[in-house]
Amino acid sequence: MKALSMRDVRFKYLGSERWALDGISIDVEKGEFVTVLGSNGSGKSTLCMLANGLIPHAIKGQLEGKVEVFGEDVLMRSVAELSTRVGIVFQEPESQLFCMSVEEEIAFGPENLSVPREEIRERVEWALELVGMKGYNDRAPSSLSGGQKQRVAIAAALSMRPAMLVLDEPAYALDPVGRMELYSVLRNLKRKHGMTVILAERDPEEAIEFSDRLVLMKEGRVVGAGNPRAIMRSPDRLSSIGVSAPQLAEVAALLSKSLRDCDFSFISVDEAEDEIVRSVLSGSGGGRH
Amino acid sequence: MNLDIRAGEFLAIVGGNGSGKTTLAKLFNGLLRPTAGTVTVGGRPASGRTVAQLARIVGYAFQNPDHQLFCSSVEEEIGFGPRNLGCTDAEVASRVEHAIEAMDLNHLRKQPPLSLRLGDRRRVSIASVIAMSPRVLILDEPTTGLDAAETKDLMAHICKLNREGSTIVLITHDMKLVAEYAARVVVVAQGRILLDSDPRGAFSDPEILRQSNLEPPPVTLLAHRLSAHGIPKDVVSPQELVLRILMERGAGR
Repeated sequence: MKALSMRDVRFKYLGSERWALDGISIDVEKGEFVTVLGSNGSGKSTLCMLANGLIPHAIKGQLEGKVEVFGEDVLMRSVAELSTRVGIVFQEPESQLFCMSVEEEIAFGPENLSVPREEIRERVEWALELVGMKGYNDRAPSSLSGGQKQRVAIAAALSMRPAMLVLDEPAYALDPVGRMELYSVLRNLKRKHGMTVILAERDPEEAIEFSDRLVLMKEGRVVGAGNPRAIMRSPDRLSSIGVSAPQLAEVAALLSKSLRDCDFSFISVDEAEDEIVRSVLSGSGGGRH
Repeated sequence: MNLDIRAGEFLAIVGGNGSGKTTLAKLFNGLLRPTAGTVTVGGRPASGRTVAQLARIVGYAFQNPDHQLFCSSVEEEIGFGPRNLGCTDAEVASRVEHAIEAMDLNHLRKQPPLSLRLGDRRRVSIASVIAMSPRVLILDEPTTGLDAAETKDLMAHICKLNREGSTIVLITHDMKLVAEYAARVVVVAQGRILLDSDPRGAFSDPEILRQSNLEPPPVTLLAHRLSAHGIPKDVVSPQELVLRILMERGAGR
């Protein structure tokens, strides 16, 4: 059974002339971390909202094709039912935080499911630890930094114990340190918890390192997919969908082109340092230090 | 804080969320007034002058364009400022044309601004500031929410304004943007200026950037890691790093 399966999906928002999704077929395996890349208007957000049933249950329009979440047709399940399977996190944490304290915020979902009090307490502590915010229980969300707010929003989604987490450009409004905090949480979700994740991004710089697969979208269609290393070998594929290629991919491509005997495919600063030192610079520097 | 901005500069004020960078910029046109100290705009103290007077010299385009758009067409939106300044109809028309051309909005001039895409709304909000004919243009996070192509397009228009003599103050936490466009970088944290230099100088000390919740671009971080092998720490672009690596390789052979 797939975590998410879309077959020939098209969707047009109510009142719009244009297909926001125009014939998408995609499978996401359990435990897979998939990063969906595309420019504004490519259909990333629409795909995210279909994955948890917000489309078509809350946001109306014309839907064609079949969307299954963990083997169940989204049309047959309410958003409330789907919310226990699929957690969603949006661009701006402010749009989904509304309680007076971090703890209330994270407890809100399970409280609505009538989860026993003791278990809610456990879930809150578990979720806070997972996002690296232990001890923030009584803080007001409004007093937190952008990165902290977004991590609270993730904890609030996780407290529903979803099997899949969907994040729509979660780093949108964050400063670089906020971004680092956020991506280290996502890296942990992948590496330590094996969570199924769909991440929509327009800037792949951080996410390539821990994504299992990149899906490239343009004008409502999937125009490419593959593992990050393979896609990073041809940064042009990213620019052709209006996404800027990661700087490291540009370095790898330029170096590989200039040095005929080398073929670089690093996707993190650590890897880049290793590979470049080993195959290009090993002869230099030593004498000076 | 002590800061001088010279006419014609392309300056970036950078800092994390809550660092004070927007507060600093709002002092430039009187939206905020200093509790202590003085602000001088165009060689004269700002204190005796109203925001309306200062806005003729220092234009401010807000981070969220929707906070400043309210008219029923792009033309009307852009003409609102100069009309308010008491310009004649002919003067308003000529300023609107200039601003429409500067931001490439001719095809959208009759459209309601709030119906446009974000990248276009942002250009309309900047055009409406340009129509005030300011000598200094402050752009608060102008690329937030724009994709790579929209960002490139907007920045090309901004660079052109700079070449034509406008002073540009870019407020941002996007280090790649800074590396590519700004000539001078002012790093702000906790209400203070930590560093004032060109992008190379600013990126060569990651510790200072981190104090302001910033991080150098990946290519600069990689250059730091390779510095023991003779690569300079102040690299700001992939092309430059590759060139340095190739030069160092040649020297090692």
